[in-house]
Amino acid sequence: MPLTPVITEHWDDPELFTISGYRRHGGYRALESALTRDPDALISLVKDSGLRGRGGAGFPTGLKWSFVPQNDGKPHYLVVNADESEPGACKDIPIMLANPHALVEGVIITSYAIRAKHAFIYIRGEVPEAIRRVANAVREAREAGYLGTDIRGTGFDLDVVVHAGAGAYICGEETALLDSLEGFRGQPRLKPPFPAVAGLYASPTVINNVETICNIPYIVDRGVDWFRQFGTEKSPGFKVFAVSGHVNRPGIYEAPLGITMRELLDYAGGMRDGHQVKFWLPGGSSVPMLTADHLDIPMTYEDMAAAGTMLGTGTPMIFDETVSVVKAVTRWLEFYKHESCGKCTPCREGTYWITGTLEKFEHGHGTEQEVETLVELCGQIMGRSFCALGDAAATPYPAALKYFRDEFVAATTTSADDQFDPVASYVFAGAVAR
Amino acid sequence: MAISESTREQLQQLAARYPRPRSGLMPMLHLVQSLEGEVTPEGITACADAAGVSAAEATAVASFYTMYKRRQVGQHHIGVCVNTMCGLLGGDAVYEALSERLGVGHDAPTDDGQFWLERIECQAACTHAPVMTVDWEYMDDVTPAAAVEIVDRLERGETVLSTRGPAIRDFRATEQTLAYPEDGLAAEGTPVDDKMLVGLRIAKEGGMAAPGVPAPSAPTGQEG
Ligand SMILES: Cc1cc2nc3c(=O)[nH]c(=O)nc-3n(C[C@H](O)[C@H](O)[C@H](O)COP(=O)(O)O)c2cc1C
Ligand code: SF4
Ligand code: FES
Repeated sequence: MPLTPVITEHWDDPELFTISGYRRHGGYRALESALTRDPDALISLVKDSGLRGRGGAGFPTGLKWSFVPQNDGKPHYLVVNADESEPGACKDIPIMLANPHALVEGVIITSYAIRAKHAFIYIRGEVPEAIRRVANAVREAREAGYLGTDIRGTGFDLDVVVHAGAGAYICGEETALLDSLEGFRGQPRLKPPFPAVAGLYASPTVINNVETICNIPYIVDRGVDWFRQFGTEKSPGFKVFAVSGHVNRPGIYEAPLGITMRELLDYAGGMRDGHQVKFWLPGGSSVPMLTADHLDIPMTYEDMAAAGTMLGTGTPMIFDETVSVVKAVTRWLEFYKHESCGKCTPCREGTYWITGTLEKFEHGHGTEQEVETLVELCGQIMGRSFCALGDAAATPYPAALKYFRDEFVAATTTSADDQFDPVASYVFAGAVAR
Repeated sequence: MAISESTREQLQQLAARYPRPRSGLMPMLHLVQSLEGEVTPEGITACADAAGVSAAEATAVASFYTMYKRRQVGQHHIGVCVNTMCGLLGGDAVYEALSERLGVGHDAPTDDGQFWLERIECQAACTHAPVMTVDWEYMDDVTPAAAVEIVDRLERGETVLSTRGPAIRDFRATEQTLAYPEDGLAAEGTPVDDKMLVGLRIAKEGGMAAPGVPAPSAPTGQEG
């Protein structure tokens, strides 16, 4: 399947991040067109496109917008989730660095469609470069009359605020993000009510991922039929894939949904020389891992689900045979334990126990019995936590055990570092320092 | 350090950026951290006043987020990503080399107060593993030797360029950016690098492109 740069098409123009550069490539044409249309028609358009959220869950975007009650007399809000903190996810930040105006244009069109006068872009605080690039684009859009009051003489008003986070993975969970944006500790809320009905300041709120919103100008400009040329019936469109790990050319590859990992791997120059795929994850540490036996499955929401995993953020991480799966999984669990917000017991206590047991394995301790009981423990967290972080924490271990049971059993007597020399996994092994 | 009248005015401005003042609490905390190098009790109280909440509530918020520090960070914050991708691809060795060079462990300042070292989580840059940050600006694809050299150069006061951002300033300047993102540096450096362009270049060289774009004037989609 060929690569199809759309969001990434003009990234090699160093001026793309400026409004004049973006306009030179057709930028803000979609907005001009959108402002002549009925907002409801835009919601229908996005519904018909079949666009699904690129933040991980794949929820249909137009459907989400249509849940916002109209003529309810309440203010509406758009919140862009730019918290990208999922281990392995590294596509929203590059989009914001390279093409920030696509995000801003998408924000304006989306706000017009859902009748929001205020939009917020919540960017993780640890990436100031993304924050300044997006803020610069917002300023330019305001100066060009695309933001502010009575935009292009339509009577539509919109103010966009770029908000910097301060280091908390849980704030990527949409309701925790709202609490954070309201100036509270970022802890998830009970759902329902869903944000579309009672979100920011208890008003109707649409929360979408950066990449989701960046699709909007292209769909508005080029239409549903064009968009549906890419991907499958259930997973239409293209995807900014970010391929990381032991490949020869890690980086950004934009392709239709439905491309296979083998094809992406091929574009990425294959595994580093002399090495093979050991395990890979289609989109973030929260989705179950796969092996070399799964390289030919189309990267769509439905095919990944059928294979027992998820497309997630669509940012595959690939590890070669030098890597200890015990060590990899332990490191992810240390992350979940650190990031658990502490609100509910299964996740708070569960991440503590899973991590403790895995750390024993990593250091060559524990029993075969514990290899089994840890599966039960994960089972007790799965589905019983307040938010999806708990489920995510219960995912890596059972998924890894499915394919690498022997390695976990061996780890109860031989440490991960004794089984696998960590230096062999380094990408600079033997290389001369810069 | 006492909070000045002009700082209080700035905090009010940050509150006014939002429909409700409390929403301004996070940028406010970044602002006081930029002025004081840490979030002090006085800073928290000033933020609480501007946000219209109690000092206890503001403290609870400040302590929830890892970027707000309760001790002097020093001139430069040094982060090393040790999440699975970076850590296993060499970040662990980078961290060890820096810890030895600086003589400190995780989340602590050096004795001379110049650096703060921290094991950090995934920085949304796994394609550039192993990743290090200086004052939260990217230092992609580092080796242990390169990381130590970066610290050496910072110590000598030399200019160090972020791999995908501007020249390194200091920790407080970055915190200022987080409160006021329009810092005039958006055009600095090369934020779009080879790894971000690799797929596009392969597509262009191979004559691959997305299917044709319909004429812009056609009001597509409304028929839907
Ligand atoms: C722990 C956790 C972290 C998340 N982090 C992010 C994130 O950084 N970015 C994001 O877009 N979605 C994240 N999500 C998913 C959001 O809750 C939400 O589904 C998404 O922002 C909706 O946007 P979309 O429909 O456009 O995908 C996270 C979910 C969980 C449970
Ligand atoms: S599952 Fe974890 S992160 Fe989610 S509410 Fe419970 S403790 Fe917090
Ligand atoms: S694991 Fe280090 S940037 Fe993602």
